[in-house]
Amino acid sequence: MGHGHHKAITPDEHHITPLSVYLKVAGALFALTFLTVGAHAIHHVLGSAAPLVAFAIAGVKAFLVMAYFMHLKYESIENRVVFALGFIFLIVLFVISITDILSRQLIPGVL
Amino acid sequence: MGNAAHGSNYINAEKGLMSWLTSLDHKRIGILYFVTILFFFLVGGTFALLLRLELFAPNVNAAGQAVAGAIFKNGDTYNQALTYHGAIMVFMVIVPGIPAIFGNFFLPLQIGAKDVAFPKLNLASWYMLMIGATMAIATMFLNKVDTGWTFYTPYSIRSSGSVSLMVAAVFIMGMSSVFTGLNMIATIHKLRAPGMTFHRMPLFCWAIYSTSILQVLATPILAITLLLLAMERVFGVGIFDPKLGGDPVLFQHFFWFYSHPAVYIMILPAMGVISELLTTYSKKTIFGYTAIAYSSLGIAGVSFFVWGHHMYVSGQSELAGVIFSFLTMLVGVPTAIKMFNWLATLYKGSIEFTASMLYAMGFMFLFVIGGVTGIMLAVLPIDVHFHDTYFVVAHFHYVMVGGTLMALMGAIYHWFPKMFGKMYNEGMARASFVFVFIGFNVTFFPQFILGGMGMPRRYFDYIPAYEQLNKISTVGSWLIGIGFIIGLISIIQALRSGAKAPANPWGSKTLEWHTESPPITHNFSHEPHVTEGPYEYK
Amino acid sequence: MSTSKMINGVPVQEHFRNAHHQFDTAKMGIWLFMVTEILMFGGLFVGYAIFHMMYPEMFSEGASFLDWKLGFINTLVLIFSSLTMALGIYYTQINQIKKAVIALVITIVCGAIFMVIKYFEYTHKFHMGIYPGNLLDLAKLNEHLTTVGLPTIKSTNLGMYFGFYFCMSGLHGIHVILGMGLISWCIFRAVRGDFNPNYYTAMEGVGIFWHIVDLVWIFLFPLLYLVG
Repeated sequence: MGHGHHKAITPDEHHITPLSVYLKVAGALFALTFLTVGAHAIHHVLGSAAPLVAFAIAGVKAFLVMAYFMHLKYESIENRVVFALGFIFLIVLFVISITDILSRQLIPGVL
Repeated sequence: MGNAAHGSNYINAEKGLMSWLTSLDHKRIGILYFVTILFFFLVGGTFALLLRLELFAPNVNAAGQAVAGAIFKNGDTYNQALTYHGAIMVFMVIVPGIPAIFGNFFLPLQIGAKDVAFPKLNLASWYMLMIGATMAIATMFLNKVDTGWTFYTPYSIRSSGSVSLMVAAVFIMGMSSVFTGLNMIATIHKLRAPGMTFHRMPLFCWAIYSTSILQVLATPILAITLLLLAMERVFGVGIFDPKLGGDPVLFQHFFWFYSHPAVYIMILPAMGVISELLTTYSKKTIFGYTAIAYSSLGIAGVSFFVWGHHMYVSGQSELAGVIFSFLTMLVGVPTAIKMFNWLATLYKGSIEFTASMLYAMGFMFLFVIGGVTGIMLAVLPIDVHFHDTYFVVAHFHYVMVGGTLMALMGAIYHWFPKMFGKMYNEGMARASFVFVFIGFNVTFFPQFILGGMGMPRRYFDYIPAYEQLNKISTVGSWLIGIGFIIGLISIIQALRSGAKAPANPWGSKTLEWHTESPPITHNFSHEPHVTEGPYEYK
Repeated sequence: MSTSKMINGVPVQEHFRNAHHQFDTAKMGIWLFMVTEILMFGGLFVGYAIFHMMYPEMFSEGASFLDWKLGFINTLVLIFSSLTMALGIYYTQINQIKKAVIALVITIVCGAIFMVIKYFEYTHKFHMGIYPGNLLDLAKLNEHLTTVGLPTIKSTNLGMYFGFYFCMSGLHGIHVILGMGLISWCIFRAVRGDFNPNYYTAMEGVGIFWHIVDLVWIFLFPLLYLVG
């Protein structure tokens, strides 16, 4: 398993995201963070929409991180499916558990 | 070591205990699992025999009192033994059993790979299982755990046992399981030999693949649930504690979101083994290859939507109960697809009744009983009656023992010549089957009747009306014990003085039989090029 | 067996056909592991969502004790660290290992800043008597609120909110520390000369891990500090 000093290396074909893209994405993430806080400042105006706005912004941020920083945009279909499965099964867990909890008062007196 | 010297194989390639404990060879790691899981099985089995002995007679009898006094001083010790029997058998034997022993050893061989994708991680998984197992066993010497293997809240929050340590142990064993699954998925996706398409993979690989998906997707929820339980005990965070507005039933949702798929983590690999055995010993192409392969994935998929059938009487809503009742019955569809295809495989085959084949047939017989009673229990109103009775105990033992352990024994006899290069005594192996099969039915069939009569599970004692059937059941447990001891002796004897095994003693078609017995360190002297399906017998 | 051969700057283990094959396989393993991280954190989020639905007032009362400004600063710190992590890989890809190491060092420093801010948040809470679950010292907290002229606590089960708060931010914090350890390991290997444009698998994996840590925080920030 020796790691010698490597001689001349011919580069393999890995995808390299240009530096400008990283900087733009980071800029967008910073801007969106400020936007979240800005939306929070007027959350009395937004009312019940305030959480939706906050999570919509978080969703966009998450997408940017996953697509560019985590290189999912350039990743194989296989790996994208793998990662997506996690979110899908969380939704299953949430939907079924909450169905139970919300429906416990639905039919009072039965059983 | 490009060209191994003649006669060199993975066993004699290196010598000494350390060479085994640090080996990255998937075959050697498979053997490590084999030895350790066999040991855990003996421990868990001993607990089972003790539990049955306690139930030999009700405590009002003189005999019952004598037995109870000798083994368990009171119900608390019985609860502890019950917990260790369940936890050891589930987390340390049946969940890792087939995937970690035979998946490790044979999956790379069957797809023509030199190793699993991540050999270091593979060894690390074994060490994690060992660390977890050590911690779990350590609780026996601290405050013994008495919660049952399910750790239901709120009792597990208040129990004076070392629940936190036990839960940490299960967490680590869960990580081991995740990493094994992850390794298998990556191996199947990336390391198949040229020409080994997905549809040319042996069905055992499909089963391990489906199992691995469950291990990766379900175990993390168990991890967080157990972490929260530990936090509940340390800080009283209140999430599962009604005192703070928490919901103990939510614990059950989270727990069974893992543990129901875990039931399929236990049975799917067994189904994969059965597919291999039936086609090999009937010398016939498997019937409905595609249907069997995809029904494994189907079972894996459905298993995530049915967990609530463990919770019909937990306080879960009636609506959820009804939904889960319907969804649960869906599991019967892919399972029945497998069963019918297996039967069709046997039709007009040249069947050889080797020990492995006997175990495979035992599996089919017992698993159908286990499966059909499972469908009965899925029906909500019936389950309300049977819930927490011995009917349920009998049902899942028909699946876990009659299914998984039968397949495990079949797998041991099928692959033993390949793993160790030795033949075993066929007569002894068949004798072990006879004892295990008869003993199993004698032990567990009466429990269906006891359950129907209303005998509750997890109790230290019972009313005299249940005495006769319990006596029969306990005698049956001794027969199972004898069967496994004969099996163990047959293996030890074969290791010591078995005849040398040829490369392919059963005339099987899958790739692992194309290399020497035992295989060389690099599995194949030339990378195989696959041109046909795995079971082209005719 | 896992003896490896140096091929074009990459130690290729012998069960792989070539460096590409090895890299692809490693990537798949990394993603499979990340999915388990998502599910583990996700379990907590599901629990939070359920109880938030059941006790909205209690959750918003609890959230009022968090200082969104600190959460906001921490969000910026983590996003910046994610950028430097990505740059670490970028500079490795174009063979500027020195710059890569600098980027990784900055990432670790950001992680440390994050943890220091967390430390102050935690100790401030402890000071007020805010502990998770049953340990919440309601008397002490009410006393504190009265002295600063604020209304006392109305919810009876406020401990649960802080149960979630400490579990979620605590588990996240543990991941930040683990990530810092992993990045240190990458720095060590980079300085030793292991990495080059053809071989940086470990860094790629650690990078994805660190971005997951960022990803979780992106949701934790509005969840704990803003929406409540």
